[in-house]
Formats: sequence, C-alpha cells, structure tokens
Amino acid sequence: MSGPDYIAVPVMTGPVGCPAALPPVSLDATSLQRLMPMHLVLSQDGRILRLGRSLRKLRPDRDLEGEDFFEVFELRRPRGARSVSELLAVEGGRLSLNLRDQAHGCFKGVVVPMFESDEVLLNLSFGFSLVDAVRSFDLTAADFAGTDLAIEMLYLVEAKSAALQESKKLNQRLQGAMIAAEEQAFTDTLTGLKNRRAMDHVLTRLGADGIPFGLLHLDLDYFKQVNDTHGHAAGDEVLQAVAKILVHETRERDIAARVGGDEFILIFQKLADVTILSDIADRIIRRLEDPIPYGDSRLRISGSIGITTSTQNPAADPESILETADLALYASKRAGRSRATVAPVRYHETRSAAYRTAEP
Amino acid sequence: MHGLVNRSIQCFVQDNYGQPVWVEIARQIEIEVSGFESMLTYEDSLSNALIEATSGLLDKPEDMLLEDVGTYLVSHPNTEAIRRLLRFGGQTFSEFLLSLDDLPDRVRLAVPDLLLPNLELLGGEDGQFELRVGGPEPRYACVLVGILRAMADDFGALAFLELENTSDKVPIIRISLLDSAFSEGRSFSLARPTANAPEPQS
Repeated sequence: MSGPDYIAVPVMTGPVGCPAALPPVSLDATSLQRLMPMHLVLSQDGRILRLGRSLRKLRPDRDLEGEDFFEVFELRRPRGARSVSELLAVEGGRLSLNLRDQAHGCFKGVVVPMFESDEVLLNLSFGFSLVDAVRSFDLTAADFAGTDLAIEMLYLVEAKSAALQESKKLNQRLQGAMIAAEEQAFTDTLTGLKNRRAMDHVLTRLGADGIPFGLLHLDLDYFKQVNDTHGHAAGDEVLQAVAKILVHETRERDIAARVGGDEFILIFQKLADVTILSDIADRIIRRLEDPIPYGDSRLRISGSIGITTSTQNPAADPESILETADLALYASKRAGRSRATVAPVRYHETRSAAYRTAEP
Repeated sequence: MHGLVNRSIQCFVQDNYGQPVWVEIARQIEIEVSGFESMLTYEDSLSNALIEATSGLLDKPEDMLLEDVGTYLVSHPNTEAIRRLLRFGGQTFSEFLLSLDDLPDRVRLAVPDLLLPNLELLGGEDGQFELRVGGPEPRYACVLVGILRAMADDFGALAFLELENTSDKVPIIRISLLDSAFSEGRSFSLARPTANAPEPQS
C-alpha cells in the first residue's frame, strides 16, 4: 500500500459545542481500516492513493490504487462531478455515486479534507444497494465496520420477508376460506332471502321426503327500466322492498329465495292447492305494484308469476318442476305481464294444453 | 401463545414424525388438521394441551420434547430461514452467544408481538458462560438448549450445555465452550440463497 502509515484525519471544528482549537487526530492504518473499511484517500487531482479493504472486494482483479477516482466512479451527486474541488463544495460533503461499469448499485459517501494537506478522505457505504452488494461482491460481516448497521439491515430484510411470507400465506388461506364459506352460504347478501343453493337444497329434501308443496316463480316486470333510469342503488332498493313483501306473504316454514338478478322462487310447504296459490300470487303482484319511494321519486314495478305444485309433477325431479314453473312464468310474460299463470297438470304429457292465465 | 410457537411444534411433528401422528394430535386437542397459523395468537391453554398431547404421543418427557423442537428449528431444511436469522448474530459461536442478550429485541423487530424471555449472558472467562432465561415461561429455556446445541454444531464449535431448572429460580443454562473450531460447521453467506434453496451442507 502506498502512502504514509499514519494519516492525519481532520477533526470537526465549528461553533456548535466544538472547541475550534482541538488538535488534529492521527490514526494508524490498521485503526483506519477498522473504523472505515470502505474509505478512499484521494489526491488533489483525483488519484486513488489508498483504499479500505472492503472496497478492494469491488475490484478483486485489479489494483485500484493510482487509478483516477472519477474514471472508476460516476458521481450522481454532485451530478457529473470530475474534480475533488467539486466534491468538497457539496453541502456537508454528502455524495451519491456508483461504479461506472455497474450503474445499478448506488453508494452513499461523505468527503472531508485532510488536515494540512491537499488530499481528501472519502468514506462510502452501500445504502439501499446493500442486499445486492453482499451478493455481487461476496461480502461477509468482517467487511463492515462494527458500528455499521449493515448486518442489522440484512437481518431485518430477511426477517421481514419471512414474516411477510407467513402473513401472505395466512391471507391466501383466509381468502380461500372466505370463498368456500360464500359457496356454502345459503343467504343472498343483498336481500337477506335464501339463495339458489338453499332453494335447490330445500327442493331436493321435499322431493325426497315426499312432502307436497306449491312453487311460485316470480320475475319482476319493469325492473330493468328502474335500473336504467334511476341507477343500481335504486335497483337494490327495489329488490330489498320486494324481499320484504315476499317475507310478509310467506309463512315461517315457507322458503323465499332470490335465484337471479330479479328472479325469485317461493316454496310453500304442504300447500299444493292451486286456488290458494293463485290468490297468494295475485296478492303479491298487487303489492309489488305499490310505488316504492326512492328519494323524490316513486319507483314502479310489477311482477309475472308461474305457479306449479308437487302434485302436478308427482314423479318429477326438482329440475323439471322448476322448468314447469318457468314455462308458466313465460306464459304470464307473453300474456302481457303483471299476472300469474298456473302450469297445466302433468305438463310433460300435455305440452300443448292451454295455460290458465289469470288477470290479477 | 404466539402462533409461531404452536406452529413450530406442529411442523416439528409433521416433518419428523409424519402427518398421521399430527392428525392424531390434532384430534386429541380438538383442532382442525390444518393446525395453527403462524401469525395469529392462541390461548395458552391450547398450547399447553398441544405440548401435553405431543409429549404423550411421542412418549417423550416435555423438556426433552421442547429441546428437540429447538434443535429442529435450527437444523431442519424446512426451517432454514430461522438458522440464517440466528447466524446474523455473530461470526463465531462465542460472538453468537454474546448476541443473545439482543435476541428478544431482534425478534421483536421482525415479529412485534412475539415476546421471548429476557436473556442475560454472564461470564465468558475460560469459555464458561451462564445464560439466565427470565420471564414467566420457563419452558422456553428447554427450547433454547436445543437451539444452542444445534447452533454450536452449525458454527462447528464443541460446547457442553446443561440446564439448571429449579422451580423457584429463573432457569439457567450453563455453557462450556470447549473448542470453538472443533469442526468445520456449516457455511453461512450474508447473501440470501436464491430461490429459497438451502445452502449446501458442508
């Protein structure tokens, strides 16, 4: 190594709590290496006179001593600086720089003038590029000063990413559990009515137990217009109002389910009398036609209903019962909406039979 | 107790004794087979039941079980992250021992709600150390003995450890460091191995 074995390091002099007349401090090379393993001493014309042992690892294949500092490093702050005097002019001597052939790694640096000399002392650290630097330059804990928080930072980076990974796993599992719970849920979250899943479940159970029931398939009329004219919030309000009506018109043991955007199915347990079911359907349609207050406006809808019963489809599975009700509903729509239609008995064998459509 | 504690015991069982043993433990303490979440906190009574059931099923006294858990945390490939974090404590086993005072603070930096016992290392002359394990949960000392034994191997040091666990005093781990360079130990690089692959064993 060139240069003297002892170098005089400048001490801070200034008005704030530091006596201006303190004598300069001298350190031997070993102590300097221990304090600042990433230091450089530059001559006035920017030649590297000596450097810390850790910096040697940046260029293991060549000796940096004697090279032009500004050829090896590129200054980011002060940007494009090419002389020592430019470095010293920076407020607080704070520098930002990178190796010319490795633009991604950024060093932080502080430069100070040496005592009674034209040379300057520059101390570097890796800053945020530390994680990459330990990998690129194969650094060990011994390469950092004892006061450097580099090892603590590396520790934190690893510990935090391990903890974050655990948290991510937990989030993923919770999300999975939430989706599963939603799939298993029986409730329509908007209206509080049962959902299609719950309805299918009940229909299958009633069929299996041989319990007679009546089924109403309701499709709202003019709902699309409400949505288009007043927005989705109004549409939601309507659906909630409809849900209230349906709950009111059914008994505790009956099922009111929302099975589509504006489609509902009502199942009346142990009630397969089409006359009573028609009365209920008419009453529901009348109540649906009551205007629903929404802000300053009043929303108007109606409903079409298809009616069927388990006794009309004695051997039919839930799917075909629903299909029967759907066809009866379609007949109501075709007959001009706002009405209920009872599906003909044993629909499958009398596909051409007339539908009994009642005006409300 | 913190989920990491319960989860450690669960992974220890699954990795060392197989899933069927874990399924039986889960059944006995009435939890789902999926087990514990590392980032949640559980009732102490559940942790106690877990330790009791595991100890019973593996036919191992609780202190031996917990020591084995400690060894597992450092030496098993699945828990490589923990070994690495511990290795940041120092470049030699004695440096690592001296860093134990900071361990609870270090752990808190990573997982703020994981409270570890206060550790106080005394001595050091002639390789004789005394580690006092404070706090209300003396069983941590058993886990720590396992961790320290495995870390000594990891650094390639030959050390003798003894747990002094009397019910009325704080547990003390006596450590005799006989040879700090007994074997080569395992390599450790500050740079994290890529793709989570464990470092090659030396």
